[in-house]
Amino acid sequence: MKIKNKKVPFSFTGSYTVIYLVFLYVPVLFLPLFSFNDAIYIAFPLKEFTLKWYEEMASNTALLNSLQNSIKVGVVVSIISTILGTMAAKAFTSYKIPYDRTLKSFIAIPLVIPLIILGVALLVVFSQANIQLSLITIGIGHIVICVPFSMLVMMSRLEGFDKGLEEAAQDLGETPWMTFWRVTFPLAFPGIVASLLLCFTISFDEFLLAFFLSSEESTLPLFIWTQLRFPTKLPSVLALGSCILLISIFVVIFAEWIRRIGLQSSESGNS
Amino acid sequence: MAVDTAPSPARATTKNPVFSMSNDTKRGLKLVSPTLIFLFLALGIPIFALVTMSFWTQVGMNLTPGFTLDNYGVFFEKRIFRLVLLRSIENSALVALITVVLAYPAAYFVAFKVKRRKILWLILITLPFWTSYLLRIFAWKIILGYNGVINSGLISIGVIDEPLTFLLNNRQAVIITLAHAWAAFAILPIYVSLEKIDRSLLEASADLGENPLWSFLRVTLPLSMPGVIAAFLLVFIPTVGDYVTPNLVGGNNGVMIGNLVQTQFGRANNWPLGAAVSIISMTTVTVVVCVFLLLTYQLKKRLA
Repeated sequence: MKIKNKKVPFSFTGSYTVIYLVFLYVPVLFLPLFSFNDAIYIAFPLKEFTLKWYEEMASNTALLNSLQNSIKVGVVVSIISTILGTMAAKAFTSYKIPYDRTLKSFIAIPLVIPLIILGVALLVVFSQANIQLSLITIGIGHIVICVPFSMLVMMSRLEGFDKGLEEAAQDLGETPWMTFWRVTFPLAFPGIVASLLLCFTISFDEFLLAFFLSSEESTLPLFIWTQLRFPTKLPSVLALGSCILLISIFVVIFAEWIRRIGLQSSESGNS
Repeated sequence: MAVDTAPSPARATTKNPVFSMSNDTKRGLKLVSPTLIFLFLALGIPIFALVTMSFWTQVGMNLTPGFTLDNYGVFFEKRIFRLVLLRSIENSALVALITVVLAYPAAYFVAFKVKRRKILWLILITLPFWTSYLLRIFAWKIILGYNGVINSGLISIGVIDEPLTFLLNNRQAVIITLAHAWAAFAILPIYVSLEKIDRSLLEASADLGENPLWSFLRVTLPLSMPGVIAAFLLVFIPTVGDYVTPNLVGGNNGVMIGNLVQTQFGRANNWPLGAAVSIISMTTVTVVVCVFLLLTYQLKKRLA
């Protein structure tokens, strides 16, 4: 598509990128393809077109229940992680803190330890402290991995903006609290939305921590994991995967739209 | 008003930084402390507890606190543990190398050849990664399986009569699957480091008569190394402990260290041994990363 565009001449890296995109997309696109195929076994040649796997998916109460759990956990995790991440980012960008590099590295540790280690470490603590495993324990694990992402997103947003604006508001007699609501928050808003979406997505898709830290109540990835063992359940899992893909595409487009609004507002603010 | 109360920055830094903090610093510390306290409780203490438990013993359901190095002894006595850890590290290093090599030209294209709507290209490249991780891995089982896409496809067009069995349940399957699943993590850091390169350096190199390949090797590639290293580590570290991929597409030959850890905390029910295996793996990964960073640092110094 892009190659045909007259403005872009043929280039080696350009055609490579198109092939690379095919490699990235094809395996994923098998999911929607077979979700419309009227056969239990996932194999060529394709049979008739059907929507019955989507009907089966929509009437599966265990699936809907775990979907609900995942949304609950994801919403709470993204809010708490974004609050913690934003506070840390604000502290590092606006104030001079002793040993700030060490503290930043400490907060970023979850990015560099394998998830399975974090999973079993939390499992050991919860079992020794007699804390019942539940959606809450899953949520705690998710917050640990989301906070560093939130902090990084917020730092890149907050680093850019003019500290003079906050000082001006204070000089004009605003209380620190009102300064926050009327100056800092609107400027940070696109970052906050990006952080919420990122944390929600991480939590919504996270399997390994949930695998170690769950009891009876399962999240969506845990539900999918149990379904993968039964061949007859597979087509409706593929239908579910296709829906997740479609929703994610909308979310990504929405996030980009918010980011653009953010860019425009900060540009018009500067001029 | 603020000038009267806050000590001058010069004075604050000459004294002990903790006891003579400016109001600014205090406010900053107050702001960051909830995050630090949370991570101390939910990250620091758990890791400490894991280390502690690795010195305990467990017989059946009975955990006995104490101090023994037996679990570490078991790790080094049984060849299987060492072999699997070594193989996990090899697998992940290979996966990281493949993802970086495959992602570099695409990142280069977006950073240097695309003039408008770069973000659109980046979104296009990262979009497939917004499906469920489990299903992305599972897609490869569909592709490589005994009755999978490749086998059923080749049979229906008459290339083969019997399904090929060497596609799934081995190391190669694990490596291909992981290289696909983690591709997006490699492309972003490389793109960012390429984007940061000062374009006038490349123009200068071209003006001085360097051919494009030379100026790529001598200017662009060295300057993009921080992104390449970050991409390598971002893929290498998490994949070492991956549990899902070896479980779904690895079979018996594709087992990785994450599967051994899970077995000790699950079926084998020997948590202290599982803790010891986790600690050894984490330490090994950290050492490998440090050696890698040291080597690249030395290399950079020698080239400079």
